Amino acid sequence: MSEPRLTVRKTYKLYIGGAFPRSESGRSYAVVDSAGAFLANAALASRKDVRDAVVAARKAQLGWARATAYNRGQVLYRVAEMLDGRRAQFADEVAASEGLSHKQAAPLVDAAVDRWVWYAGWADKVAQVAGSSNPVAGPFFNFSVPEPTGVVGIVAPENSSLLGLVSVLAPVLVTGNAVVLLASEKRPLPAITLGEVLATSDVPGGAVNLLTGRVAELAPVLAAHRDVDALDLAGAPAELLVDLETAAVTNVKRVLRPRDGDPEWLSAPTPRRMLAFLETKTVWHPIGV
Amino acid sequence: MTWDYAPAPESRAIVDIHSSYGLFIAGAFVEASDGNAYKTENPATEEVLADIAAASPADVDRAVEAAGRAQKSVWGPMPGAERAKYLYRIARIIQERSRELAVMESLDNGKPIRESRDVDVPLAAAHFFYYAGWADKLDYAGFGPDPRPLGVAGQVIPWNFPLMMAAWKLAPALAAGNTCVLKPASTTPLSALLLAEIVQQADLPPGVVNVLTGAGSVAGAALVAHPGIDKVAFTGSTEIGKDLQRALAGTGKHLTLELGGKAANIVFDDAPLDQAIEGIVNGIFFNQGEVCCAGSRLLVQESIADLVVEKLKRRLGTLRVGDPLDKNTDLGAINNAAQLEKIRSLADEGEAEGAVRWSPPCELPAHGYWFPPTVFTGVSQAHRIAQEEIFGPVLSVLTFRTPEEAVAKANNTVYGLSAGVWTEKGSRILWMAGQLRAGVVWANSFNRFDPSSPFGGYRESGFGREGGRQGLAAYLDV
Amino acid sequence: MESESTTTAPSDIVAPGGPSLERTRHLMPTGLSASTSLIGANGSTAEMLAYLSRSETELRRFLHGLPGVDQVGADARAASLATRSIKTSAKFWALEMAVRMVDLTTLEGADTPGKVLGLCAKARRPDPADPTVPSVAAVCIYPDLVPVAKRALAESSVAVAAVATAFPSGRASLAVKLADVRDAVTAGADEVDMVIDRGAFLSGRYGLVLEEVQAVKEACGPAHLKVILETGELDTYDNVRRASYLAMVGGADFIKTSTGKVSPSATLPVALVMLEAVRDFADLTGARVGVKVAGGIRNAKDAIKYLVIVNETVGEAWLNPAHFRFGASSLLNDLLMQRSKQLTGAYAGSNDYSMS
Repeated sequence: MSEPRLTVRKTYKLYIGGAFPRSESGRSYAVVDSAGAFLANAALASRKDVRDAVVAARKAQLGWARATAYNRGQVLYRVAEMLDGRRAQFADEVAASEGLSHKQAAPLVDAAVDRWVWYAGWADKVAQVAGSSNPVAGPFFNFSVPEPTGVVGIVAPENSSLLGLVSVLAPVLVTGNAVVLLASEKRPLPAITLGEVLATSDVPGGAVNLLTGRVAELAPVLAAHRDVDALDLAGAPAELLVDLETAAVTNVKRVLRPRDGDPEWLSAPTPRRMLAFLETKTVWHPIGV
Repeated sequence: MTWDYAPAPESRAIVDIHSSYGLFIAGAFVEASDGNAYKTENPATEEVLADIAAASPADVDRAVEAAGRAQKSVWGPMPGAERAKYLYRIARIIQERSRELAVMESLDNGKPIRESRDVDVPLAAAHFFYYAGWADKLDYAGFGPDPRPLGVAGQVIPWNFPLMMAAWKLAPALAAGNTCVLKPASTTPLSALLLAEIVQQADLPPGVVNVLTGAGSVAGAALVAHPGIDKVAFTGSTEIGKDLQRALAGTGKHLTLELGGKAANIVFDDAPLDQAIEGIVNGIFFNQGEVCCAGSRLLVQESIADLVVEKLKRRLGTLRVGDPLDKNTDLGAINNAAQLEKIRSLADEGEAEGAVRWSPPCELPAHGYWFPPTVFTGVSQAHRIAQEEIFGPVLSVLTFRTPEEAVAKANNTVYGLSAGVWTEKGSRILWMAGQLRAGVVWANSFNRFDPSSPFGGYRESGFGREGGRQGLAAYLDV
Repeated sequence: MESESTTTAPSDIVAPGGPSLERTRHLMPTGLSASTSLIGANGSTAEMLAYLSRSETELRRFLHGLPGVDQVGADARAASLATRSIKTSAKFWALEMAVRMVDLTTLEGADTPGKVLGLCAKARRPDPADPTVPSVAAVCIYPDLVPVAKRALAESSVAVAAVATAFPSGRASLAVKLADVRDAVTAGADEVDMVIDRGAFLSGRYGLVLEEVQAVKEACGPAHLKVILETGELDTYDNVRRASYLAMVGGADFIKTSTGKVSPSATLPVALVMLEAVRDFADLTGARVGVKVAGGIRNAKDAIKYLVIVNETVGEAWLNPAHFRFGASSLLNDLLMQRSKQLTGAYAGSNDYSMS
């Protein structure tokens, strides 16, 4: 009789600047499943990790924004290809993280992949929908173009460990922003596996940075950080919202608040989450011989 | 010591050309119902490449019927997100098989491999990628909520950009929920047939895309007249476009046309000169000048006319004419004997009219259809070579004095597809763009294409746009 | 084809000999004023210099009247030329020519006589195992090491080029810069690579830039002058074109892209713009100024792309070491490797080639 094969377990680290470092603090925390059983240790990120992630994001953001829309679309589509190839693995992780059966988790993973594909196709279209040429009353050519806001800090949904995560990450990334994302505190593992997918998909290092740890510790750092241009507070605990929005005032961050009612990732996506992190630039130019 | 570039041939072996091809109907390759076939040749050598099925009206019936069934029962009801995934697959496979497609295209059409490799095939893939992304976002395309497809599209395309034209037609139509019957030009069926193989590899449901090879006068005519066709899209000559418009009069069929042109490439005295010369060369010699939007009239400001012509002639000394499969070739073969004859006859007419003809010295191969790059100076608007589309590597040079005069001359044509404007002055670019009656204005550039950028003409260059959000309008019931 | 002149011409401006004045006037940049009478062929660089040196205003008008360069168009043309496929005999020719065009360079603070001796040995005989490999064009070193190089390269065809004029920054008084040049020339340098004053250029003091080039040219005596534009600091192609003209009018034998100490250094589009300027200048004056690309040319493939641009912009008259150079160090071994691959069919290893 043969013994069951011993697995080579994955170590879950942070994803910063295209690499997978441990927390500079050396800390970790135990992630458990819905029954309380041990799943893995995840890195417990510190404020310095947040700082490093923001530096990495800022460094990568300009290059990512200046890539052609076509190129960004291709990169995101590639991510979808990689995600799709790993559906079974993600279903396992989501099932374990969220206390679902594999059969219940699989459609959530499929929905996450399809949602990613939906956003990938927006890269070279959002300018046509959100931009315009404006018929001003004078001999001027006047046009408005949407541009990415810059570095966006995201607090990922607490419960929906992949679909919710993808729903907040893809729209911000596809338009050329760089991201520092705080994964769900209790269900962080799919986020780090997603980091592996990003790392193998031509996403430039630093365009996306994924941190795991205590949201209550890390979110205020992100909110107060003056080199972060915007915040998505989707997964922020209700009791922190006022403080986070107040901290964001320091550099007039754009803040996207969570909505009341059912989480929006249970229904069809809309352009809302892309538009929230776009600035509009309007240019005038005279028309004359 | 002259540095001769040694031959740098792309390998033909990369692509597997079958000895014969059938029609692609309902997901399978089938013989023509009456067994008719014809041969397609390599215009650079006149060698036969393959036997091609010639579709009869009965085959058109079969294909339209298959497309109709597929549209009603499969493609029309399918969620946009699923249609998107099929289109993404096709785009991806085009990218994967790009080298085969490029070689196939150069062999069948005569264009240089550098162009099919660097322009035609990448743009074909890009169109599928772009429109794949619209398939599940039609609510946001600006046509109101839930715009519906038209049904079955009959699409007839020309021989100058065979694969790219197929992509320009199929991608938006499919994204919008239509099914298609595509008729490639008779002299360039091969890349469309390879595309059909790709469609099979993508597992596209049978009948969604059908490809009917054969004569325009038989298969093409039967296709556009067929009662099962809801939408006709045609790219080709203005002459045939008018025949089509006539044939469809009163039928209620939706129609878009992309026809000929006689574009003015306008160079002002403050143009970035060296880049303007490149723009002139690209404008008329890209794809052997067999381009609807070719910059076939150079309108150069009189004060720098001699300088520009001199620089142009010097530049043409480095243009390489020859074997399309040689990676260093700039100008390939003319696609077919009939077109070559037309170019020759119009060029002779140009001389007869009194314009001065010039070509750089170049050795043309003994076999195949070849025409040297040719420049006519001393041309005026009253000359035939300034008014008629030559569709070959022949440039007519005219002069102008002021922006007003440039506009008047540029617009003095029944066509209105494209125009080029060369000046470093931004306000004048915008002023000219506003005055020019052309669907595409290229400022300090020429022959730039992108799936997100709408393309199409004014007046007798046709109506409707391909590319961009606007390109969806042709295939939606809006 | 003869064409009617479209500019009015005083009747006393026909220059004897050379290309006809009618023709040269048409090739003139559009900003030139009516006193084009001074410009003709044969010795006209000197006349152009005299005219333009008279007034800062005229000089600015001339430079700003040159046709602009569209950046996107220039980049596209360079990229298109880079797709040329150079194979077999054409590639072999190019590799050997590129070797002959190398200015083998060491410009480090840590350079010693020993380092320079090694460089010179490599320059003379790039491949000890293969005597058929030609020598390079020159070595390029700091001026205080010129005596070492001269001794090492005695009785060889390899020239000694020295950087000078407070290389690489150029931030010193003219007196200091000229003393730097004279030291190099006295020590026997065959060629001098100077830097223009980019501060002066970017603040619009074109006259100062021109004067310095002239002064250095004079101090060079018999030595050939290469003028480094430091294109990476000039930022726009329009500036590269203007700086090229300043250098050429000032008497440059070569214009050079970069010191190699600033990034970006040489790029294909910059070389294209400089070669176009050189071509236009030759049309204007008959003088054939050379071009040197320096910095960032790491492999044979890049080098061949530059040769293609030379070939299709100015033509074969420039395809020789007297008119085109590569300032490089690691390029040489890659050229040798590619050459060996052509001869033997096998890829060489990095230890098959000696270091400098």
